[in-house]
Amino acid sequence: MRIVVLVKEAPDTYGERFLDLETGLADRNKSDRVLDEIVERALEYAISYAEKHEGTEVVALSMATEDATASVRKALAMGADRAVLISDGALVGADVTLTAEVLAAALTHIGYDLVIAGDQSTDGAGGVVPAALSELLDIPQITKLTTIELDDKAVSGTRVIDRVTLKLRAELPAIVSVTERFPDARFPNFKGIMAAKKKPFEVLSVADLGADIDVLAKPRAIMTEISAKPPRAAGVKIVDEGDAGNQLAEFLKKNQLV
Amino acid sequence: MSESQVSPEDFVEILGGLREFIREAVIPLEREIAEKDEIPQSLRKQAMDLGLFGYAIDQEWGGIGLDVVQQAELGIELGYTSLAFRSMFGTNNGIAGQVIAGFGTETQKQQWLEGIASGDIVASFALTETGAGSNPGSMRTKAVKTADGWSISGEKRYITNAPIADVFMAFAKVTDETGKAKVEVFIVPSNLPGVTVGPHDKKMGQAGAWTADVHFDEVKVTDDALVGGQPGIGYKAAMTSLAKGRITIAALAVGQAQRVLDESLAYAAIAKQGDELIGNFQLVQAMLADMQVGVSAGRALVLDTARKYQSGEDTRIAPSVAKLYCTEMVGKVADLGVQVHGGAGYIREYPVEQIYRDVRLLRLYEGTSEIQQLIIGSNLMKQKLAEN
Repeated sequence: MRIVVLVKEAPDTYGERFLDLETGLADRNKSDRVLDEIVERALEYAISYAEKHEGTEVVALSMATEDATASVRKALAMGADRAVLISDGALVGADVTLTAEVLAAALTHIGYDLVIAGDQSTDGAGGVVPAALSELLDIPQITKLTTIELDDKAVSGTRVIDRVTLKLRAELPAIVSVTERFPDARFPNFKGIMAAKKKPFEVLSVADLGADIDVLAKPRAIMTEISAKPPRAAGVKIVDEGDAGNQLAEFLKKNQLV
Repeated sequence: MSESQVSPEDFVEILGGLREFIREAVIPLEREIAEKDEIPQSLRKQAMDLGLFGYAIDQEWGGIGLDVVQQAELGIELGYTSLAFRSMFGTNNGIAGQVIAGFGTETQKQQWLEGIASGDIVASFALTETGAGSNPGSMRTKAVKTADGWSISGEKRYITNAPIADVFMAFAKVTDETGKAKVEVFIVPSNLPGVTVGPHDKKMGQAGAWTADVHFDEVKVTDDALVGGQPGIGYKAAMTSLAKGRITIAALAVGQAQRVLDESLAYAAIAKQGDELIGNFQLVQAMLADMQVGVSAGRALVLDTARKYQSGEDTRIAPSVAKLYCTEMVGKVADLGVQVHGGAGYIREYPVEQIYRDVRLLRLYEGTSEIQQLIIGSNLMKQKLAEN
């Protein structure tokens, strides 16, 4: 069994995040760069499964600039067996369709039984890569799972939506995405950190994948305008001079908060 | 001194990983640890998984094999949160584990070190007695030779991790044929008949770190329980373990001082008197400045001491200097931290209140401040007289 987990470096959501208003890209150098939290949860599942099932290989796959190596290596420190980073200057600013095409080629190159992704990243929050991969690879997808059960033939899981819990199942090979309801990931242990440097870490370009991907061949999503989120307006200060209760009620009513 | 088994590059990542763990997994539990006077089992398990029980033990025995400088840097990081957390694995890496790692026979190492490094075994250092705190010379616990081993009797006091210990490094006096008494150290499993551990002490601070009295009542151990396999090792083992331990205590003090400074600075940047941030008051800034000076000086001193210990340049005076300075420094910094917080600093929900009580112990155990002064002063004189 080979499980490939799609991992992504993202600006740390616990710190401040910045957008480059000229390029429209996240300004990663201004924030702490970490492995996206949802990705860590996906990895946790894959690694735990591999620990209990001999013969399971966990591969961390990422598409990013080469300086994301440290973040991707964390997947190895946590316990993934090897990592593949697709890094190519032509891919800077790739939209979701191009990202999916490249990842599909990479997955074909690596080979897989199960692909696990987070349901959406904390930075781009596109949430369509798993579906696009399902289409491109012609494999079933079951998305937004809160639990996974896996055997040699199939993957099943639970998706919780408003008042309904769905049980879903797909034959392998398949792609699944998981939500933040998945259990917390482990912290890489000291021995894992030391072992990570000795694990295989492949950095490949688009050409290395041997796939026919022409970055400029078709129109991609084009950003036409971008602006920073307006700063928060000053709040309304109510000074109690005997009628603060009424003023508060008025405010709530006016803003349709009650 | 043993070289590090961890490359500088790997160590940077280990330190970063530990920092993340402390901030995300330990700090949020500080109040719970203090209020329940207990480390949650889940946190203990995480510490075991991380490798914290054996970071100072060689990789050959399943540890991480950090050198003394790296241990000091790790100690500063560990000092950033509840000292009770570090105490849980402190005796395994430190005073107790180092007795076997540094002075044990191969057989003793094989029997104990793997379990100590993984945390499956908790080792405890049983030296202190009521009338023999900082001076092992006046120890009353005795070991008497029997046909096939030793019989140990005596009472130990304030023994860290005793209530959860699987094995004690028990120090006892042995009188030889000439009537001369020497301190020896024995490996005593806690489940042997005659070993009794009292209820855990109710302390001023460091809730969650348990200490207790340990009674040895004619505890029979075999010959191979004598650390090192031959007499004459105990006193040196105690002194060596304690000297190295002093660097760790100094490092923890620096970590706690850094935390107090960070907490105080954060508080000064949000708390107001009238419309003014208290951090804008110059008298508050003076306190913050004094705290920063203490932290910076302490950090530099600890790392310099660790380097000198590592190279063998100074294994005796420097650790005492570092412990004396850093533990006194953190006492002052914690006091200033409470002062910056004003009334809030006297309230349990603010970390500085706990730290103020927790760090008081650092000036007492593993040699009081006064004992450090004596070690420093007497050794300086000894060196001078040797020159003459």
